[in-house]
Amino acid sequence: MTDATFDKFRACAVEVLQVPQDKVVPDARFGDDLDADSLDLVELVMALEEAFDITVEESELEGIETVGQAYDLISAKL
Amino acid sequence: MFLGTTSEGPVRGRRVVVTGVGVVACCGIGVDAFWDGLLGPAPEGEHRVAGFDATAWFGPKEARRVDRYTQFSVAAAHMARDDAGELTPDPDRAGVIFATGVGGLESLEEQSVVFQQKGPNRISPFLIPMMMPNAGAATVSMRAGWHGPCETITTACAAGTHAVGAAARLVAGGRCDVVVGGGSEAAMTPLGIAAFTNMTALSSEGVSRPFDARRDGFIVAEGAAALVLEDLDHARRRGARIYAEVVGAASTADAHHITAPAPGGSGAATCMELALADAELAPEAVGHINAHGTSTPLNDLAEAQAIAKVFGTPGPPVTSIKGVTGHALGGAGAIEAVSVVLSIDRELIPPTAGYGEPDPEIPLDVVHGGPRSWEPAPVLSNSFGFGGHNGCLVIAPVRD
Repeated sequence: MTDATFDKFRACAVEVLQVPQDKVVPDARFGDDLDADSLDLVELVMALEEAFDITVEESELEGIETVGQAYDLISAKL
Repeated sequence: MFLGTTSEGPVRGRRVVVTGVGVVACCGIGVDAFWDGLLGPAPEGEHRVAGFDATAWFGPKEARRVDRYTQFSVAAAHMARDDAGELTPDPDRAGVIFATGVGGLESLEEQSVVFQQKGPNRISPFLIPMMMPNAGAATVSMRAGWHGPCETITTACAAGTHAVGAAARLVAGGRCDVVVGGGSEAAMTPLGIAAFTNMTALSSEGVSRPFDARRDGFIVAEGAAALVLEDLDHARRRGARIYAEVVGAASTADAHHITAPAPGGSGAATCMELALADAELAPEAVGHINAHGTSTPLNDLAEAQAIAKVFGTPGPPVTSIKGVTGHALGGAGAIEAVSVVLSIDRELIPPTAGYGEPDPEIPLDVVHGGPRSWEPAPVLSNSFGFGGHNGCLVIAPVRD
């Protein structure tokens, strides 16, 4: 996990989910800890696709519940 | 206010009173600022609601998920409910009727640009709930936790008046004890303004002059208002402050033209007569008319002709607050209903800003130059919308 990549990831989450930066940590759960519902996650993925110039299929999002899981999904595409 | 007619004759509804008001207007946010604005000159320049801070009513994430018109709706409804005091109706018997002309135009317009520039995969998953015209009503009901009827009326510039009338009738009919009625509009987008400009509806001079000989179009504005409408007995039982009573409402269609009023304002005149009949009042009992008065040549003439037909000339004192507020479209009727309630409460009729040169074809008593003191009496409030929609309300001081 490079700092620069995670910073960029975190900035997207802060912007879309309007949460404090220090809450966006690998163990944070989108639903319980970041108050994000399924449409919030769709918007977050769109922001990440834009920021990292990648494509994420809807099917790839199944089972993604934490910030760490989402970050791994994104960083594997870089 | 009547509910209908059976074989035994007309059926009167329960009495409906106004126990709370809230407003977000270009001349002021909140009742006191709004009222001060109505008594002053028209704001300079564009009639946007300056200084509106959505985060006073929404968390930061939610504020990004709702269109500006929904932000206005919620703000106005919150202010009205706060103004109504301790309001804890049976949630199954409490409802929301909220109007808008176009709904979330700003959201739709922004996302159209995203679509063109970045393609369909970048369209916000929140676009539909942001743009839909019922989002305002829905969000107001969610905030209140009320499970009664929650509906939206979209009859262009008559919508706010229709919403207040429909809300009052829900209370009169006994379905609800409390209903928030109101309207909201935030359509001052580049597309919206261009569209109104190209239909030559806007003032080229940039001045709203209702009923004045020099009037040349309306000033587009944004804003919202809400009224808490409550069964009189329900209000008295909880010791509520009662501003006024909604005693009549009516709705008609011109069935004539999509934008121009019927010649002579015939549809408008019928609507006024029906509203007076609903209120069981003769024209002579009306002490003031809060006109639609948009400042367009055709609308003001047709409305004046309709008023003259029903009331004679000069008739009761007429004012159009659109001289100050401009025209907030689907929000206008609700904003004007609040103005009527305040005119009764504060025993003053606000002047028609911008009026100075009488039109010989409009021989009405147009209040201008400054507010006029009066002894509150029943008030007729008019709204007319593109599509030929006519709406009238009669709001009166409460008498036993």
